[in-house]
Amino acid sequence: MTVIRTTVPAGPRARPDRAVVRDALGVGVSVGVSGTAFGVAAAAAHLTAPQTCALSLLVFTGASQFALIGALAAGAAPIAAVAGALFLGVRNCLYGLRLGRRLELPRALRPLSAQFVIDETTAVSMVQPDRRSTRIGFWVTGITLYVLWNATTLLGVLGAGALGDPGRYGLDAAGPAVFLALLAPRLRAAGAEGAEQRAVAAGGVLLVLAGTLFLPAGVPVLLAVAAVAAAPLVARLRDARAAKPAAGADRPDAVARHVVEQDAVPRPGEGADERGAAR
Amino acid sequence: MSAVWLAVLGTAVGSYLLKLLGLSVPASVLDRPVVQRFALLAPVALLAALTAQQTFGGSGHALVLDARAAGLAAAGIAVWRRAPFLVVVLIAIVVTAGCRILGTCV
Repeated sequence: MTVIRTTVPAGPRARPDRAVVRDALGVGVSVGVSGTAFGVAAAAAHLTAPQTCALSLLVFTGASQFALIGALAAGAAPIAAVAGALFLGVRNCLYGLRLGRRLELPRALRPLSAQFVIDETTAVSMVQPDRRSTRIGFWVTGITLYVLWNATTLLGVLGAGALGDPGRYGLDAAGPAVFLALLAPRLRAAGAEGAEQRAVAAGGVLLVLAGTLFLPAGVPVLLAVAAVAAAPLVARLRDARAAKPAAGADRPDAVARHVVEQDAVPRPGEGADERGAAR
Repeated sequence: MSAVWLAVLGTAVGSYLLKLLGLSVPASVLDRPVVQRFALLAPVALLAALTAQQTFGGSGHALVLDARAAGLAAAGIAVWRRAPFLVVVLIAIVVTAGCRILGTCV
């Protein structure tokens, strides 16, 4: 692979293009191959190969894709299944807000770039010091991830389809394992933020299990969003116990940090140390 | 068009519009603490709920404890040991399948 070195005068905090491309490829490749897991899970949920590939090509945001096929497999009404998937997609909207200001792309490129506004591209782009490296990080991560995610989705769905009944092989356990892996870094978060997220997660589990007993399929997951209300309660309890201010959910880097953790991808260049320290 | 295709296309359109909206609207419209907190915490509630529902959900309104729970417990250990994403998923699949095989043999 050829990396063109910049001849543009670099500011004091500018990064070499090569370093940005390396970070972007690292995230793009390591997350991109997870399309295999989606293809397998979709086959287990009895989606056809064209339906599965359409999801990866058009939706292209992993958590929403997994949520949709899980709800459909559980017999949810399409509208409830779609609502659950879109709830998970709301965060991409907020990433777009932050990315838009950093990327400053020409209007004509907006519709194309929008498809790439996801956890991983945000994580890589937002930690870059200048616009040039932000753009390189965004496009290289986005394109690498898009190509690999779709290629491995196809491999996964065809491979799982060839095996026959997915339930017999335990492939139906892929979905919950994916959600657990996405959730884990949030549960592990330190301080007030972590306590809040653990409370919200516990509330979500209680609500969905209780809801399953009497609500139609797909609806309990939507009900679980109400667990977000548990967060202020936890914060108030903490405040009452120790007059400590709640830690930085609104810090400028909170989104980038949180998405890096959410998808278990080390932040380029520094992630491993910080995560180790936070443990 | 089947219900599944409708759901696929509905999710595709909705997801894309959410992404485009963020890039297109003035920052002040959505850049508020309440919205930020919802976007941070809603996925936590949803991911936890989806994990529980797809592990313990049976047919209809039933909750069941079966091989998937063992698979998920193993995946939980793998996550705790910071195993890579695909390894976690693979462990869940293998342990679940193993339990089913043992269940039919014993």
